[in-house]
Amino acid sequence: MRYRAEIFVTLKPVVNDPAGLTIKGGLYALGFDSVTEVRAGKYLVLTLEEPDAAQARARLDDMARQLLANAVIEDYRIELEPIGDPVAAGERPA
Amino acid sequence: MRTGIIVFPGTWSDRDCAHAVLDVLQEPVRYIDHREQNVDGLELVILPGGFSYGDYLRCGAIARFAPVMEAVADFANRGGLVLGICNGFQILQEARLLPGALLRNASCEFRCEWVHLRVEQSNSAFTLDCRPGQVLRIPISHGEGNFFADAQTLFALERDGQVVLRYCAPDGRVTAESNPNGSLRNIAGISNARGNVVGMMPHPERACEPLLGSEDGLMLFRSAIHALARVAI
Repeated sequence: MRYRAEIFVTLKPVVNDPAGLTIKGGLYALGFDSVTEVRAGKYLVLTLEEPDAAQARARLDDMARQLLANAVIEDYRIELEPIGDPVAAGERPA
Repeated sequence: MRTGIIVFPGTWSDRDCAHAVLDVLQEPVRYIDHREQNVDGLELVILPGGFSYGDYLRCGAIARFAPVMEAVADFANRGGLVLGICNGFQILQEARLLPGALLRNASCEFRCEWVHLRVEQSNSAFTLDCRPGQVLRIPISHGEGNFFADAQTLFALERDGQVVLRYCAPDGRVTAESNPNGSLRNIAGISNARGNVVGMMPHPERACEPLLGSEDGLMLFRSAIHALARVAI
């Protein structure tokens, strides 16, 4: 089964985020003064082949822990969805 | 002092380090390719500055998995001397050979300038020749040197004497103005518990000759030579 995973990596709340603060300053300069906080992060999109969603999620957790996020300073969130497998979806190639 | 200098794709300070050790101190040097799998026969391993693997994802995150790093970790765990400078410091943290992390500078600017460093600890292998409180003048050159560790780790680092260098004023006072990047407690360099692994953001290899404006960086390399002599005894 093919999956599309979106991984959002963000700095932990206790970690100062100079980039986020600078972006917030930019928004203020443009008059968007209702903004109370900006946190910058990373957005990664992966496609992967795994037998099922549980295994896909377990693999992605491993990837995030080992490489994609640094647990000292970052949190991560994974969103997973199956993508285009015509056979699994009950369709037959013409 | 048989010195190995690790070269990753994107490392840029390897030759400066070799110049300091080989030409200035007259000690043997060899470059270690990131694909090599052992560092046998070496007494000092230097992870120099640069932008290994383009600093993609996070500084040091990819370099940490280079084939040579397993050998470097073994070498460090056996008590071998390891100095991580700038990007090398970031790599040692990613490899969990040193605690904490280095965030983007608080100013969001790349800072390339001379700084003053107060030696906090003369027990590490790289500050043996210094006296506590001594001020060194050494340049920095980085965009991500903002030292961070959680409160518990920071407490342990201070308690166990693992804070080796702090950014300070020329007279040695640790002030907010002398902090170039927002580092917690002005921390510029730390060691592991044993003192054989040190990571620092400033570049000692760029302060090894009068022509460069300072020779203070030599203290760190000379300390390593003396630390090795001490072990041999």
